[in-house]
Formats: sequence, structure tokens, C-alpha cells
Amino acid sequence: MNSAIAQIGLGPFLTVSAALLVLGVFGIFLNRKNIIIIMMSMELILLSANLNFVAFSGAFGDLSGQVMVLFTLTIAAAEAAIGLAILTVYFRNRGSIQVEDVATMKG
Amino acid sequence: MNWLLSLPELVLALCALVILAAGVLQKKDEAFLPCAMLSIGAFVVTGFLVAGEQDGIAYNGMFVVDAFSRFIKLLAIIGGVAAIALSVGYSDGRRRLPFEMPVLVLFSTLGAMVMASSSSLMTLFVGLELSSLSIYVLCATERDRPAAAEAGLKYFILGSLASGLLLYGMSLVYGYAGTMDYAPIAAEINNSGIVPLGLVIGTVFIIVGLAFKLSAVPFHMWTPDVYQGSPTPVTAYMAGAPKFAAFALILRIMSGPFGAMSLRWQLLIEVIAALSMLFGSFAAIPQRNIKRLMAYSSIGHMGYAMMGLAAASPAGTTGTLVYLSAYLVMNAGTFGVITAMRRRGHEVTEISDLAGLGRNNPCLALILAVCMFSMIGVPPMAGFFGKFMVFAAAWHAGLYPLVAVGAVSAIVGAFYYLRLVKVVYFDPAVAPFDRPAPSVSFVSVAMGLATVLFLIGLGPISAAAQAAAQALAS
Repeated sequence: MNSAIAQIGLGPFLTVSAALLVLGVFGIFLNRKNIIIIMMSMELILLSANLNFVAFSGAFGDLSGQVMVLFTLTIAAAEAAIGLAILTVYFRNRGSIQVEDVATMKG
Repeated sequence: MNWLLSLPELVLALCALVILAAGVLQKKDEAFLPCAMLSIGAFVVTGFLVAGEQDGIAYNGMFVVDAFSRFIKLLAIIGGVAAIALSVGYSDGRRRLPFEMPVLVLFSTLGAMVMASSSSLMTLFVGLELSSLSIYVLCATERDRPAAAEAGLKYFILGSLASGLLLYGMSLVYGYAGTMDYAPIAAEINNSGIVPLGLVIGTVFIIVGLAFKLSAVPFHMWTPDVYQGSPTPVTAYMAGAPKFAAFALILRIMSGPFGAMSLRWQLLIEVIAALSMLFGSFAAIPQRNIKRLMAYSSIGHMGYAMMGLAAASPAGTTGTLVYLSAYLVMNAGTFGVITAMRRRGHEVTEISDLAGLGRNNPCLALILAVCMFSMIGVPPMAGFFGKFMVFAAAWHAGLYPLVAVGAVSAIVGAFYYLRLVKVVYFDPAVAPFDRPAPSVSFVSVAMGLATVLFLIGLGPISAAAQAAAQALAS
């Protein structure tokens, strides 16, 4: 059992991660400006899940949660790289990364 | 630790890496065709390996091979082969696809196979991300076309949001069950008797994340734009393999770890299925672009296939699997025809462009008509058997309102499928299409024949689906 988690309990960890999740989701849906901000919000969501995994893993003394975090971090890095690559392609075509410009297809 | 069980995945991964290296070493313009051929070869080898696999559990219970995973893997591989064959025909005109395209299809299918075999939330997530990340790139492969870049961007943003929610749900399930493997989660839920709220919330998050990947209503908003903007072979791929894999996941976790709490999620799945069926049929009516139309059609079909899941019985699972097989052939046949829609090397995708196809190219017109009748569910075609089995399973499970909604939306859906047939055969002809490339003709004819002659293969397919459903239930 991890001593820090034993002292303060799981509650604060879960609260912070839930707050991060809400911030991330609202960052995606309320943001009307820049796509980079959306990508930052997505990282927040992934990190909130990671925080949960680490907190639970510490509380249980079970390592699989921490292994999962390593996988998630790797995947998040790949996702950010691919996202930025697609964004670059998009910028070359359209000359803008404003959210309201991403709407040429309708119906 | 029996790593031989994952031999098909290992072979596919190695082949994909080797083909990627071989593609880099060739001249830029000439690399596509050899890479595509090699990729099809890799798929064929993997397909045989999958068909000959033994049942078993590997990697400390994180990877499972059974009749169910074999069924889904073979579906995904056939979808991948069809998409690469279409891309060969798509790429030889004015538009060129990069050689990475078939390689990315290989990686994405590899992810789908890992998803089908997952028996731990960790394998689930890694497989899902491998599959999704490859598809984000595939959508934007035509780098100089703004619509493709926009499709890639949209799919990336909404897809990553879905992955994030899924991961958060997984973390809650891990927290409340104390483990990530399916079997211990099921045991934990069965033993404790009471289901903690956190576990329910986690399950709902996981369902939401997977429904995003399945493009089920209300998480469908990316589908029409992404289907329309992506290159046609990529759209054909997206409508197949990744959806089968997502269905594999949702079927497996809903019957395995969360099977004991089926009363808590059944209503959610029913609502999603009903909304998808209704939305898929009504929103498709005003569409003018055929790829967009196919997007709405696929939303509707996912709804029908989910009906079998909502039944939460082996018969329902069998129905869903047969439905997915039928959907695979009729969908690939339709996309074969869509890939053939070109005038002087330019792709055309409006429905009105199909006018007069019945006179200009009777063979393609017949294939399209067959696929449309199959999507409606007219008896001798493939789609009928799938629809019949899921409706029957839902009826036996007592889901009468869902069956009624399904019947209504099938009738409404018949309207827009029949309108396509009407445009093809009865509207005044416009200029004919170019002669389709041999590979495109081949895929269309083969899938059209499979749609018509589905009855012949129905015995083995439903037997395999039943075995798969048994494997899942045990």
C-alpha cells in the first residue's frame, strides 16, 4: 500500500481527475477558436484517466494500473503526433486552423 | 505463456513492417502497386493462419482465441482485402494514393484483430488505438484534397474524444473491480452481488466510447462528413473492419465481464439501437451524395445489428454476426460500384450521376440493384437473413417495441434504397462512366454474387456464428 494514498485516501485523487475530465470535455465543446486548444483538451482527458489508474493502482497495491498508464502515455504521444500531422496537412490546404472553418461539408 | 496463439497477429505485424520498408526503398510513383499486392498476400497468409488457429488463452489471460475471435478476424480480413483491391483500381487514374495506404490498412486490421481477441481492458485499448490511429491517417491520405484533410481532422478530434471517454470508463471499472482482465471482473461482479455505482458509470463510459466507433446515434455526428471526405476505398474500409472489431468488443464485454449486470445496460443498448435505426433511415432521405447516403445507411445498419446485442442471448449474438457478414458483402459490393463512378478520370459522387447506368453499364447497375435490395432486406439476398435473425432474436427476448421500431425504419429505409434503383434504371441517361479498372469490377462482381448467393453459404456461416456465440456465452 502506497503511504501517501493511504494517508489522504482516494477521494481527492478521483475528484481532481473528474475535474480534469470535465475541463477537457468542455474545452472541446465550448471552444470556438483554435484546433490546438482542442488537442490540449484531449490530452487533459487522457491524463485524467491516467491519474485514476495510478491512484487505484496505488490504493490496491496492484501494478497493472501503472503498466496501463505507460501504454496510455505512449499511445497519447502517438495520437498527438498524428493529430499535429493531420493538422499540418489541413493548414496547407486551407490556410487556417480556426474551428469555424472546418465545415465545408454539410447535409 | 503461449505466444503461438497470436501467430496471425505477429505475422501480419511483421509483414506490414517489411512492406513498409520495401515501399520506402522503391521509387515514389511505382511503389503503390507492389505494396498493395504484397499487402493482399499478407492478408491471405494471415487469413489461413487465423482459420487454422487453436482455441486458447495467452499472455496471462490478456489474449483469447476462440470461435468468436476467429469469426470476427476473418470478417475484418475480407474487408481489408476488398478495400485494398478497390484502392488499386482507384489509384491508377488521375488520383494517386501513396504506398502507405495498403500498409496502414494492414496495421488497422491488425488492431481490429487484437480487439477481437482481447480479454483484458489493456489489450482492448491498445488494439482499438492501433486501429483508430491508422484510420485517422488513412482518411487524410489524399493530402492535396481539402475535403480529405477535413475528414481526417474531424475523425481525429471526435475519435480521440471517444478514446478518452473509453479510457476514463476503463479506469473506473479498474477502480471498482480491482482488475483489468475480463474473467476476474465477471467473477467480482458475480460474487459481490451489489453493483457499485462507479462500475455502472464506468460501463456507461465504455459503451459510449464504443458507440462512437460504431457510429451509433447519438454518437454518429462524425460519420457523414468523414465518409464523404475520405477517399472511396478508405470509406469502404471504414464501413467494414473497424465496425466489426468494435462490435466484437461490445459483444464480448457485454456478455463476459458485464454480462451479470445486463439489466442495467440493456435499456441503454435498446435506446441506442432504436435511435440508430430511425435516424439512419430518416436522415438518409434528403441526401444527394452517395457516399453520405452510405454513411447514414451504415448508421442504420449498426442499429439493426445492435438489436441482436440488445437481446442479450446467444441467438441474438448469432444474429448480429450473420448480420455483420451480410453487411460486409453488400457494403463492399456497393462501394465497388461507387469506386467505379468516374468520368474522364474524375470521381463523381452525386446520386444523379448514376442516371442511365442501367443502359450504359448493365452489369454495374445490376450489382448496385442487388446490393440495394439486400440492404432493404428482400428475401433471397444476404441482408434478409441477417435482418430476419436479429428480429427473431429480439422478438424472443420480448423486445417488442424495438422490433416495431426496426420494422418501421426498414420500411422507411426501403424508400431511399429504391430511389437509387429508380435513378439507375428509369431516369434519363447522362454521360456514361469510364471503363472500371479490373480490380474494381472484380470486387463488385464477387461481392454482388456473394450477396445473391448468400443462401448457399448460409449454412456454414450461421453454424460458425452459432459456434462463436457459444464460445462467447461459455
